[in-house]
Amino acid sequence: MQEEIIVSGFGGQGTLFAGQVLAYAAMDAGYHVTWIPSYGPEMRGGKARCTVIISDEEIGSPLIRRPSAAIVMNIPSMEAFEPAVRSGGVLVVNSSLIPQRSERDDIRVLYVPGTELATEMGNVRIANMICLGALVQALGVLPLRTLEEALENHLAERHRKWLPLNKEALQKGAEFAR
Amino acid sequence: MARELWEGNATIAEAAVRAGLEAFFGYPITPQSEILEHLSHRLPELGRVFLQTESEVASINMVYGAACAGARVMTSSSSPGISLMQEGFSYIACSEVPAVIINVMRGGPGLGNVAPSQGDYFQAVKMAGHGDFHPIVLAPGNLQEAADLTVLAFDLAEKYRTIGMVLADGSLGQMMEPVEMPPMRPVRPPYERPSWALTGAEGRPPNIITSLYLVEEVLEKVNLRLQAKLRQIAANEVRWKEYSTEDAELLLVAFGTVGRVCQTVVREARRAGIRAGLLRPITVWPFPSARIAQLAEQVRGVLVVEMNAGQMLEDVRLAVEGRRPVRFYGRFGGIIPLPDEIMPELEKLDAETR
Repeated sequence: MQEEIIVSGFGGQGTLFAGQVLAYAAMDAGYHVTWIPSYGPEMRGGKARCTVIISDEEIGSPLIRRPSAAIVMNIPSMEAFEPAVRSGGVLVVNSSLIPQRSERDDIRVLYVPGTELATEMGNVRIANMICLGALVQALGVLPLRTLEEALENHLAERHRKWLPLNKEALQKGAEFAR
Repeated sequence: MARELWEGNATIAEAAVRAGLEAFFGYPITPQSEILEHLSHRLPELGRVFLQTESEVASINMVYGAACAGARVMTSSSSPGISLMQEGFSYIACSEVPAVIINVMRGGPGLGNVAPSQGDYFQAVKMAGHGDFHPIVLAPGNLQEAADLTVLAFDLAEKYRTIGMVLADGSLGQMMEPVEMPPMRPVRPPYERPSWALTGAEGRPPNIITSLYLVEEVLEKVNLRLQAKLRQIAANEVRWKEYSTEDAELLLVAFGTVGRVCQTVVREARRAGIRAGLLRPITVWPFPSARIAQLAEQVRGVLVVEMNAGQMLEDVRLAVEGRRPVRFYGRFGGIIPLPDEIMPELEKLDAETR
């Protein structure tokens, strides 16, 4: 088993953090895992993307050209990764900010209005967790519960007040994949 | 000890702390500034020394000074900063004091960019500074190795009184992986300083540490001693890892990040019916030449893959000594070659040597 997941959006959307939560959950579940960000002279509003590889054997290449799944949070990410997802894979589209639809019929596409739902729930910054919930539910590699536990086990002390909202966001997203 | 998810630069920094690092002198540069970030709070918290210097030249000379005093010391930088330190490396090597250097390589030449590269291979293993010397150069391919090899760099530096260098790259610096951190070693107390260290000559004859030997015959003797030490290191400290080499007909040789990319290539090649194997050097100096020569007898051809224009390639060719064709594939500028571009090169080698 090996899943290769790209989480992509612009700086401030929490794509790197969403990938880290996934990586923590995979590690706690006993898998090999790598998390690698695109990095460079970046700024808020610039591109922000990470690749997470989850495997039951030692991970070779930490980068991949064709992911088995992707979360795209904004239009440039949709344009870059909608065509790249491997046949049979999963694509989660933050439909609040991405008007276009995928024309592919060989992948599972989930349209999740992450930004709108997050705003309704009181904090636009949890759109990442809503999309992550949808992805994890659709992938089926890790039970959603492992992500909640990862947040509990690894969230920094100063962010712990956000724990209930993050869990709620994961559940909200998962509904889109059920 | 439990595995935790660590970022690469923090991994190296924390492993150094646990190896008993007493003092760090450094200057920030992407993609390794997180080493300084981690140590800037971690070392003072433990009552040890963290100092952000005014330049890389200052860093390496402070490292030199603290090493002469017998302290366990380290600096870290990325390619352009390492170039600035080279004079100091040479002084340290000639003075025979231990020091650990971390190079998280970035795209070059020049100021280049902040993306991962292996362009400093020649600099690290062939010409770390003027004169005849080699640092011991360790090349991690994942973050567990980054932790373990950082500790090893301190041990080897002290065992041989020379430079232990960890040669990583930007992607190793920035990525996260589960790591089991080495146990915390106590810092060496002042009364356990090495006998050669400059600790104040109370009750004993003064020690002299220098790299200046004006009499030719004396400097030649120093060089002969250094060469004997290098031969000893080459005999004792070569390390590498092999993947699927037992029945390999084609051999990949790659280190660090590309080394692990080639692990994926070997798996894919085997699925496609090509019997490929991989040798991933862990020490790039001393180089696993003898083992590569041995494997060259077994395989039909060798493919070297690097994130540079073909630097380790020369060492592989020297090891193979023309027994088999040695081909090369490389990318520059901060680009990591991926399995789907290495596979065709392997297929070409396969066809060429059938």
